[in-house]
Amino acid sequence: MIYDVVILGGGPAGLSAAVEAKKDGAENVLILERDRELGGILNQCIHNGFGLHTFNEELTGPEYAERYIHQVTDLGIPYLLNTMVLDLTDNGDLKTIHVINEEDGYTVIQSKAVILTMGCRERTSGAIGIPGYRPSGVFTAGTVQRYINMEGYMPGKEVVILGSGDIGLIMARRMTLEGAHVNAVCELMPYSNGLVRNIVQCLDDYDIPLKLSHTITFIHGKDRIEGVSVSQVDEKMKVIPGTEEYIPCDTLLLSVGLIPENEITRTAGVEMDDRTNGSVVGELRQTSIPGIFACGNVVHVHDLVDFVSEEAVLAGKGAAKYVKGTLDTNVTFTTVNGNGISYVVPQQVAMKNVEENVTFYMRVRQVFKDRVVNAYIGDQLVATKKEKKLLPAEMVNFKIAKDVLAQYPAGEIRFVVEEAKK
Amino acid sequence: MIKELTCINCPMGCQLTVVDKNDDGNYEVTGNTCKRGPKYAINELTNPTRVIPTTVVVRNAMLPRLPVKTAEPIPKGKIFDAMKVINQVVVDAPIKSGDIIIENLLGLGINVVSTKTMAKC
Ligand SMILES: Cc1cc2nc3c(=O)[nH]c(=O)nc-3n(C[C@H](O)[C@H](O)[C@H](O)COP(=O)(O)OP(=O)(O)OC[C@H]3O[C@@H](n4cnc5c(N)ncnc54)[C@H](O)[C@@H]3O)c2cc1C
Ligand code: SF4
Repeated sequence: MIYDVVILGGGPAGLSAAVEAKKDGAENVLILERDRELGGILNQCIHNGFGLHTFNEELTGPEYAERYIHQVTDLGIPYLLNTMVLDLTDNGDLKTIHVINEEDGYTVIQSKAVILTMGCRERTSGAIGIPGYRPSGVFTAGTVQRYINMEGYMPGKEVVILGSGDIGLIMARRMTLEGAHVNAVCELMPYSNGLVRNIVQCLDDYDIPLKLSHTITFIHGKDRIEGVSVSQVDEKMKVIPGTEEYIPCDTLLLSVGLIPENEITRTAGVEMDDRTNGSVVGELRQTSIPGIFACGNVVHVHDLVDFVSEEAVLAGKGAAKYVKGTLDTNVTFTTVNGNGISYVVPQQVAMKNVEENVTFYMRVRQVFKDRVVNAYIGDQLVATKKEKKLLPAEMVNFKIAKDVLAQYPAGEIRFVVEEAKK
Repeated sequence: MIKELTCINCPMGCQLTVVDKNDDGNYEVTGNTCKRGPKYAINELTNPTRVIPTTVVVRNAMLPRLPVKTAEPIPKGKIFDAMKVINQVVVDAPIKSGDIIIENLLGLGINVVSTKTMAKC
């Protein structure tokens, strides 16, 4: 059988893309998931705070996932669990997906379109440079999240967390609730990499100190970690001598960022973007290879699952259009990250595919207060967005109406952070 | 009295300013984007509450833990007492999302509910 759309990954991006592709007329849709259940990383994110934008209700990760799983089963979209995608090759009109599955072993699946929704994985690089032995007791925050929330296993009692990403903050609270003592969260930057709400409800609520401009300079212990040396850093992120402090601990969690999981994407030959570590995508999340789409954390790391679902709808629409032969391939605009902005997604826009507006997602390079984000085409200001506070941890989404963009024939849309005009 | 707070109801994290001019409990809240903000701010100053997401032991399911939450926010001061009660519970699959796991937690009139559907296996 030849599928219309096969989705690689059954997390929130994959589920939402599958639902949309099916609703938009793709007939044979299939989801491939390596895990034993659908839902992706949401299954381990048992905390509340998901879905406020999408459902106007505060849901936990598993509840949010279940809403989409129901839509998938209601539409009768088939899925294969315990099925690992090994490789994807492009043969023009057909894509070949190589998978391995416990029951059937190695199989090959063919599809007209493919949507990449493999999500992201945690960086571990934060620990690599730290001097000391490599004792046990050092984990990524997400690994511990899975241990505690799904396996019911507590890895330790005296905890230090390196990095103030959201998963680290959430785990600081989680471990505290389960009876552990979290000594400190150390963040190299002078600002947190997590959402403010998580600082308030995960650290402040439990009097857990957040040490900004601090890093771990030594990991003590040979077999099991016994403690860490923590030092303050200056604005150049150089350790300030004499600020060293020893904190005993039996567990060190690393929450130093996420990277899109793109091995399959790269070997398939999809054009990548160094800024996001994801593929270059268009307004409907089409990649450089016709018929291959991508959305969710595999494209760029999102801090909110609501935006993942939103983006996945675009990819689902795109794939359905491609299968029906109505996807336009003429790129009208490319996007550029100007002053203060570290990346913009989508990187390309084909105006013929745009319905009412285009939402551009971007991140700022540093903390800004009372600024505007401006979009220029040439030297024309086309749209502006006022922001009281811009943080690298919080993605900016910037919607521009089709009518506004349609006034320009083509070119580069450049996004910059500027002082607000009085 | 003037107090600065961050609204934690949603990821926008609005910076709220609460002014109680005559210190008589007549709070004026600014900085919110939606109407949840003022409600949160006043609650936070009078009776701060939180939803507790955690897990309980589940038997005969694919995994040994079932995620649960308090159906409503509970007073902050009761969080650790609540955890003690929740950690003693053992349930058996099958369980549906929304099923009541503990009724009337600590006499607060608030239930603990399952947040995941787990089949028996
Ligand atoms: C540990 C962790 C905690 C997070 N916590 C939060 C949070 O609290 N709130 C929040 O809003 N966001 C959180 N995020 C971000 C979160 O990832 C996104 O919000 C959202 O889950 C991303 O959806 P996704 O579908 O793109 O990726 P995922 O949820 O990661 O789903 C990807 C799916 O693809 C599958 N997959 C990958 N490779 C293959 C393959 N080769 N073959 C088959 N299947 C494959 C995976 O098993 C997974 O199910 C967290 C991320 C991580 C890593
Ligand atoms: S005031 Fe409304 S928009 Fe702002 S953080 Fe609170 S809930 Fe969110």
